[in-house]
Amino acid sequence: MIGDVFSWLSDPTHWQSTNFDTGIWGQLGAHLRYSAIALVIALVIALPLGLWIGHTNKATWIVSAANAIRALPSVGLLVLLVVIIAPHFYGRTDTGYVIPTEIVLVLLAIPSILSNTVAGVQNVDRAVRDAAYGMGMTGPQVLFRVETPNALPLIFSGFRSATLQVIATATIASYVTLGGLGRFIYDGLAQQDYPQMISGGLLVAALALILDLLLALLQRYTVSRGITGRTRRSDRAGHSDEAPDPRSAVLTEDLAPEAA
Amino acid sequence: MIPLDAASSSPWHFWGYFLDHRSQDLGYLWDHTWLSVVPVVVGLLLALPLGWLSRRYNWVYPPMMSITGLLYTIPSIALFVLIPPLLGLDPLSPLQVPIALSVYSVALLVRVVADGLGAVSPETLQAATAIGFKPLGRFFRVELPIAVPVITAGLRVAIVANVSIVTVAGTIGFDNLGRLFDEGFKLSTDTPYYPPIILGIILCVLLALVLDGLVLLVNRLLTPWRRAVPT
Repeated sequence: MIGDVFSWLSDPTHWQSTNFDTGIWGQLGAHLRYSAIALVIALVIALPLGLWIGHTNKATWIVSAANAIRALPSVGLLVLLVVIIAPHFYGRTDTGYVIPTEIVLVLLAIPSILSNTVAGVQNVDRAVRDAAYGMGMTGPQVLFRVETPNALPLIFSGFRSATLQVIATATIASYVTLGGLGRFIYDGLAQQDYPQMISGGLLVAALALILDLLLALLQRYTVSRGITGRTRRSDRAGHSDEAPDPRSAVLTEDLAPEAA
Repeated sequence: MIPLDAASSSPWHFWGYFLDHRSQDLGYLWDHTWLSVVPVVVGLLLALPLGWLSRRYNWVYPPMMSITGLLYTIPSIALFVLIPPLLGLDPLSPLQVPIALSVYSVALLVRVVADGLGAVSPETLQAATAIGFKPLGRFFRVELPIAVPVITAGLRVAIVANVSIVTVAGTIGFDNLGRLFDEGFKLSTDTPYYPPIILGIILCVLLALVLDGLVLLVNRLLTPWRRAVPT
């Protein structure tokens, strides 16, 4: 079976698109396009909102409401919205399927970005914030020049988990006839072409792992070294603590209310 | 095509739909329940020794967290189809879904167990040792009980996530509440037919709430001391 998967993946005709079939490159592009659109929309909504809620401590119920959405089964939400929206679009385009999919992806991405941004800003050391005000910084200056850089590790980990969730759910969007790498999984299943199905699974897993790695690298180079504790070797006199894994922060943050 | 009975496609007809397909729907609910619960229990049983190991030996912790983080990164649908070739099962084996869900539960819970055990204060450990606990007894009668609130918090996350992930297995043909979405989608080719979809969402949310409540209840029963002291 593993040999069959390997030969399916190494067949160049499976990678290039033809008039009848979209190849792996084409579906990868579609997958990334759907995911990127959803992530950009979610960021535009959740990041400013999260910074505002964290900074002012107002309207924290929005965070709980956004987290409640997570309890909804994403497949059910996807099918429901497709059934509601798709009949309003006729013709050859797949707009009727893209719109509900994007809505679901945005709804899934918002909670992690929002709650991590709020938690990141709220978790900034009181002393740091007071010092910033004491130096004469205005509210917006404190937010953008002190709180945001300090919250960056948590914001990043929220964005990373949002990305993973969007990539995973964009795969399931293939089930409602949309393109993307999930096409190979569902087509392989329907045609009982198991090498194709398993190759699809392999491609999706590889995409998720590679994107997470890239985001981890991006995080490494955007978060201030003063915050991560990651210093140049020459600076590192006495302390050698590694940067804490951002995931532990997000998990404990998720668990905090119950654990308290 | 116009449905014969227009009212029957109304979203509020889900109750009638449920009554019409009672035995099938209850079967889905039962499948969904055990698929949500059993993998978390299996995951916890595996995570306890692994979490203990990563606390006991400091060098185990970083690689353990990297591996579990990596596993948690793999999208559920991909893990479902990758499990059979990795383990030499049939391409559509009934075992692949519970195994994949157990993998996620272990990945989530190892960190939770390790962090929960790590939160036990050294003074408590020293006191326990001083009054005569041996390492194994100390683990089960002091460290584990103190870590219970953190572990159950992780269990809640795992079990609620499982309820949602199980529906994904419904889209590749495994019996659970996800099949209701599949049926609703297939019945909606011409005009929307909401009842099975709405019924599926309602049952999923109810199941998640009930299982979450059960974990909270167990947490309460296992930590009587937290009720003795008003906080």
